[in-house]
Amino acid sequence: MSDASINASTPREDEASFGDYFALLKPRVMSLVVFTAFVGLMAAPVGVHPVIGFCAVLFIAIGGGASGALNMWWDADIDQVMKRTKSRPIPAGKVESGEALSLGLALSGMSVIMLALATNVFAGAFLAFTIFFYVVVYTMWLKRATPQNIVIGGAAGAFPPVIGWIAATGTMSVEPWLMFALTFMWTPPHFWALCLFMRSDYDDAGVPMLTVTHGRPATRVHILVYTILLAILAVGTSFSGIGGPIYLAVAVVMNALFLLGAWKISRRNEVMSEEDDFKVERSFFKLSLLYLFLHFGAILVEASLKPYGLGGW
Amino acid sequence: MALKKEHDLHKRRFGRNMGVGLLLGSFVVLVLALTMVKVTSNGFQFPQTQGEQD
Repeated sequence: MSDASINASTPREDEASFGDYFALLKPRVMSLVVFTAFVGLMAAPVGVHPVIGFCAVLFIAIGGGASGALNMWWDADIDQVMKRTKSRPIPAGKVESGEALSLGLALSGMSVIMLALATNVFAGAFLAFTIFFYVVVYTMWLKRATPQNIVIGGAAGAFPPVIGWIAATGTMSVEPWLMFALTFMWTPPHFWALCLFMRSDYDDAGVPMLTVTHGRPATRVHILVYTILLAILAVGTSFSGIGGPIYLAVAVVMNALFLLGAWKISRRNEVMSEEDDFKVERSFFKLSLLYLFLHFGAILVEASLKPYGLGGW
Repeated sequence: MALKKEHDLHKRRFGRNMGVGLLLGSFVVLVLALTMVKVTSNGFQFPQTQGEQD
């Protein structure tokens, strides 16, 4: 072996660790995918073998992670500019964008095929569609083209409970679409609250977020309108096949708090927000995380009680 | 860049290799478990062999 071969393989000091590759999969988003897909699977009126259920949730999560890696590959230029995202593995220089592309494509293919084999072809095809929707429709097309990006793109994050349901049943019905609608309507107020207190991030990146194109006062009104629509949907879901008294109690309390938060945001202006460092917007964002967790948690509790003659109406 | 005998880079590479190894091992175990469940489930039927068809 010559010295030249040693020099040729001289590594970079900041070579990526295993955690950097894992970070490409957006673990926090993946945890939401795992939870909502699991609830979709459990809420289905068909029993699933625990191993198959575990595989279904795992491959849905990997599919979600793969689309996260593909999103980071495509959006590396935006991520570099925004404070919130500039420490991600690609803009931080730890992982090459080509590596993210390869990892994303490989995991996408693997997750779709394995989900189809573990459960059914319909579920696999739906996961493939979800990845396509998130990567091509949202990331490549809508995100940089319209201020409604987060509204339509939010659909991608709302599909996992539907895939979970299809993995269990092999068919479609109204209930999983109610879970879809819950996440779909929740995403805009959740994300726009973040946009309000992340201030100039999206302006700097040139992403046509609602705060940039329509202004911050309009965004505050949009948050309120979406929250009202969400509250109607969330409480109405109580009377469906996945609802019940526990879900109703959670929905009434959480939606009252969420509406109050949205109302406060709509009544505030930039001067008031600057004074207390966006305290109300920040607490609304935190509440939104709890909001979704408790709604899906309540659906899970209702479904878990059904075998014992409890749960549901 | 001069590499010491035990550079941080070695630890990172070891961690990466270990992570990939564990993931692949887990995947093999998972596929095995999935196969067992599928084969032992009630609805499973072995495909007919040529001899049985005749």
